[in-house]
Amino acid sequence: MTVRAVESWTLQPLNGYVHEAGARLVLLMTPAGQVLAQFGFTRAVDVMAAAALGAAIMASTTELARQLGQPPFAALNHQGQRHGIFLSGLTTGRGPLVVLAVYDLDVSSLGLVQLFFEQLVTDLRAASPREGVPKQVLAADFERELNESLSTLFGR
Amino acid sequence: MTAASFEQALDQVTRVPGVRGAMLVTGDDGLVVAEHLMEGIRGPAVAALAASLATRLRRAMQAAGTGSGQFWQLLCEQGGLMVVPGKSGILVVAITAPDVNAGLVRLELLRAAEGVA
Repeated sequence: MTVRAVESWTLQPLNGYVHEAGARLVLLMTPAGQVLAQFGFTRAVDVMAAAALGAAIMASTTELARQLGQPPFAALNHQGQRHGIFLSGLTTGRGPLVVLAVYDLDVSSLGLVQLFFEQLVTDLRAASPREGVPKQVLAADFERELNESLSTLFGR
Repeated sequence: MTAASFEQALDQVTRVPGVRGAMLVTGDDGLVVAEHLMEGIRGPAVAALAASLATRLRRAMQAAGTGSGQFWQLLCEQGGLMVVPGKSGILVVAITAPDVNAGLVRLELLRAAEGVA
């Protein structure tokens, strides 16, 4: 299984992260839930659901922090019996991004996922393009662009 | 256990000449509970990697039918790592110079592990 990316500059940093941290699933997306790269997902519907939920959690915690008069929370970790979910925001030249990583507790740990996340942030910042003028999204192009992104993310 | 008693347990380990730092680390998560480290040692990195190694070693020892590990030591050119797993799942970790008195460090690690159990 390999990392699939809509924006190719994310490939190398994300490949390194997946390998080092032993993550099972990884999504790199914008705070709005637009997926830039994914690892481990096999179905488009799962990617869309995870991206929407991850973006919603980030929006909720950011607002909660704002209500408390605090800067946004750095990261969120949630552990179950077999898996853990790590969600964190970062800023790059491309703009603010969000990483969602799911890891097996048998294979990895929160310590490893956090440790290599720091490296991922450094690598993504180094690789990211400068933020340009945001491209206007036209309704006529939206579905075509979404389909193209999903095709890229799943190699179809 | 209180934070002060964690500190006290680590203090005894770091008093041994040649010990560059000591940490209490959660074995499952690889997170630092308490630390006494010399400047320049990346505590969170050592904690995460030592816990990962400890998990794999534990599985290897179970697979080999030797029971659970009580102490392990990694020797490198410029230093070493010594770890004693506590009963509560906390790892007591010492980062040492290469010429440290390993027996004394082991003794203090075992004492610290008893203290945090």
